[in-house]
Amino acid sequence: MSVIHQNLSTSISSSTSTFLGHNNLKSIKSSNVSIPGRISGVINCVATPSAEKTAYKTKVSRNENMGKLQAGYLFPEIARRRAAHMLKYPDAQVISLGIGDTTEPIPEVITSAMAKRSYALSTVEGYTGYGAEQGEKQLRAAIAKTYYENLGIEEDDIFVSDGAKSDISRLQVLFGSKVTMAVQDPSYPAYVDSSVILGQTGQFQKDVEKYGNIEYMKCTPENGFFPDLSAIRRTDIIFFCSPNNPTGYAASREQLTRLVEFAKENGSIIVFDSAYAMYISDDNPRSIFEIPGAKEVSMEVSSFSKYAGFTGVRLGWTAIPKELLYSDGFPVAKDFNRIVCTCFNGASNIAQAGGLACVSPEGIKAMHEVVGFYKENTDIIVETFNSLGFKVYGGKNAPYVWIYFPGQSSWDVFSEILEKTHVVTTPGSGFGPGGEGFIRVSAFGHRENVLEACRRFKQLYK
Amino acid sequence: MVNAVSCYFTKVERNANLERLQYNYLFPEISERELRHVKKYPNAKVISLGIGDTTEPLPEIIASSMADYARSLSTPQGYKGYGAEQGNKELRKAIAETFYKDMGIKDSEVFVSDGSQCDISRLQMLFGSNMSIAVQDPSFPAYIDTGVIIGQTGNYEKESGRYQNIAYMECGPENNFFPDLPKTARTDIIFFCSPNNPTGHASSREQLEQLVEFAQQNGSIIVYDSAYAVYITDGPRSIYEIPGARKVAIEVSSFSKIAGFTGVRLGWTVVPEELVYSNGFPVINDFNRIVCTCFNGASNIAQAGGLACLSSDGFKAVLSNVNYYKENAKILMNTFTSLGLRVYGGVNAPYVWVHFPGSNSWDVFNEILEKTHIITVPGSGFGPGGREFIRVTAFGHRENILEASERLRSFLS
Repeated sequence: MSVIHQNLSTSISSSTSTFLGHNNLKSIKSSNVSIPGRISGVINCVATPSAEKTAYKTKVSRNENMGKLQAGYLFPEIARRRAAHMLKYPDAQVISLGIGDTTEPIPEVITSAMAKRSYALSTVEGYTGYGAEQGEKQLRAAIAKTYYENLGIEEDDIFVSDGAKSDISRLQVLFGSKVTMAVQDPSYPAYVDSSVILGQTGQFQKDVEKYGNIEYMKCTPENGFFPDLSAIRRTDIIFFCSPNNPTGYAASREQLTRLVEFAKENGSIIVFDSAYAMYISDDNPRSIFEIPGAKEVSMEVSSFSKYAGFTGVRLGWTAIPKELLYSDGFPVAKDFNRIVCTCFNGASNIAQAGGLACVSPEGIKAMHEVVGFYKENTDIIVETFNSLGFKVYGGKNAPYVWIYFPGQSSWDVFSEILEKTHVVTTPGSGFGPGGEGFIRVSAFGHRENVLEACRRFKQLYK
Repeated sequence: MVNAVSCYFTKVERNANLERLQYNYLFPEISERELRHVKKYPNAKVISLGIGDTTEPLPEIIASSMADYARSLSTPQGYKGYGAEQGNKELRKAIAETFYKDMGIKDSEVFVSDGSQCDISRLQMLFGSNMSIAVQDPSFPAYIDTGVIIGQTGNYEKESGRYQNIAYMECGPENNFFPDLPKTARTDIIFFCSPNNPTGHASSREQLEQLVEFAQQNGSIIVYDSAYAVYITDGPRSIYEIPGARKVAIEVSSFSKIAGFTGVRLGWTVVPEELVYSNGFPVINDFNRIVCTCFNGASNIAQAGGLACLSSDGFKAVLSNVNYYKENAKILMNTFTSLGLRVYGGVNAPYVWVHFPGSNSWDVFNEILEKTHIITVPGSGFGPGGREFIRVTAFGHRENILEASERLRSFLS
């Protein structure tokens, strides 16, 4: 089996389509690119005003929120560096444990359902046009039953989507620019970035590497990767991902109970990201709704991406309880429904057919097998770094291993690992200042690639 | 239902912009009414010429390409994870070559999406709340509604049926459904749909030249919605056929009405490299950032379908369905015309725009529904300029179109 890096063509296109348009380093040198603000990986061959003073400009002001963003979104930046590395070393066998991209084929029970739906669309009886924006009834019911049985979350509380990333932005559109938010530090970058885009934040403060007006809840080895809630100021919204990307830490029942209490005291709304819940090994809660009182203060976002390998197929959901109300008593779900009807038009019907198969008994069994495979990968990576004497976190309840490199810049470590082992990881500071000094290694990969990568790590750090 | 007395309220304020929205989004409202009508008359055969929902099955060549692709995701060689957020390289190329041949649009300027409604919202997020917008009146409701949601507008004024701070460009029989641009205030963004939903009017080359010039003079950005361009019998299909458009326009389009992909979800937006903000910053760079941060690409299976649509055989098959709907439109046009009504659209778009002078469109909608069991869409749902009109879609099985025509003839004569 090849150890050549997965998704070669897609990663190149991710970087070059934005980067150069023609996958050609020559173009960078020959164009005068001087775009205000540091934009990485998004350099187009555009002649800028400095080169052509007579170039036409509209009179439309750039959205200043976009100007606040510091760099490109994290993962295209990783893709860009991987692509550049591969150009530099065309014969190297690059292994990608960076972007958390699934690698194993989707179980047949799921793809055959999608194939079946595709064919059905070419028949008179089977053709369907617009679906309900909230998702197909059957699928909503099946998600409620599979993940929220006995938790009081019903079919009509479920909103099917094209994935968590899109949902997070639609939630930000829902909340608007006047809300304040808290995030774990480190955390999945989409929460912060979408907040900046929607105008909830102030400028980026270079000295602390934080955006103004966001409450960063530090999660480090010192506090067991759960924030010290007594030190956190009140915000309207609290983004909380558990198991956490990137630290891999899954909050305990007791901790989530405290989180819910904290939200209740402050009248805040928790947006609970449970995209990795199926990776939990021990008996930590899989859903925020397992905590009594959570329905009045939280909503939950989840995804089929990491369960069923649907990273390209695109399917997820958001659950909003009827009990979740704004300060004037208006139900949050009602406004979200309006957003979903106006700013979205439903997840692809074929993907939804796949989703229905995912939550069938056979599908759930198959998803557990795939998840189990990646968990074995995680064990191998954890064991490797443990044996090398590193302080290793995560890995038990998530497909990410969070490795401590004390006193070092995570981008430097990332570069060194890439240069010396041709393995792509993700630098912790990409997830927030609390990630500085850490490297995230993702456990998605073919078994032989993971084993080979670990061999190379052992070589480098022996 | 939750007990209002004892239930808990968070301390999070409802987004005032959501509060500003007047009604439900138009199309779920139409669905609601259809459901109620069906409950009231369980034995009636309701014909839906309301929501512009495609009805004819996908051509086999396209469905089977998606089925094959889905199956390949179960194989080691065929499995694909995350795709490029901007879309599959081949598909971007095919879109550029099929729709923008000789217009200088590069693959890298094409962003594949899960449809226009999503693209319009992402464009609004891109623009932000400090923009002024102009829309045709009447127009597809998503432009206005997303404008309200993002915070670009003031309050709704009941008397005029308009939101403050939006420039409504009236399009009616009096001005041949093209706005009186000299009378139009400058706005940052101009949403322009041609062929227009709901009026069906496809702007001429001369009109589009006027529009581009207007945008250039004002330093505005046109968001050109060409979702129905394949229905055009005669006239420009893309804004980029107009010289100078690359510096002032974004184009949004969709496979929904081209290929029956209303449920499959696939579309695209073109952002030319020359389109820059007042400070010289390329719009495409920011749109790319939005796409990478707020989106994760259209479904790879839908994209495989899109590629099949743009193959030689696929495109032929897809156009065959388009012609089917155009035939439907002709039948409906003839029906209304024969009844002595003033009818517009229908030639370059799958919508027929029927004038009932002096009426209130919701009343006409209700009456048609009650007496003929046909769902249409009241024109005022598209803006105050639509208040005396009814939109009838040409999407439907031929026998339903013919049956509907019969019923309308009986009822309206």
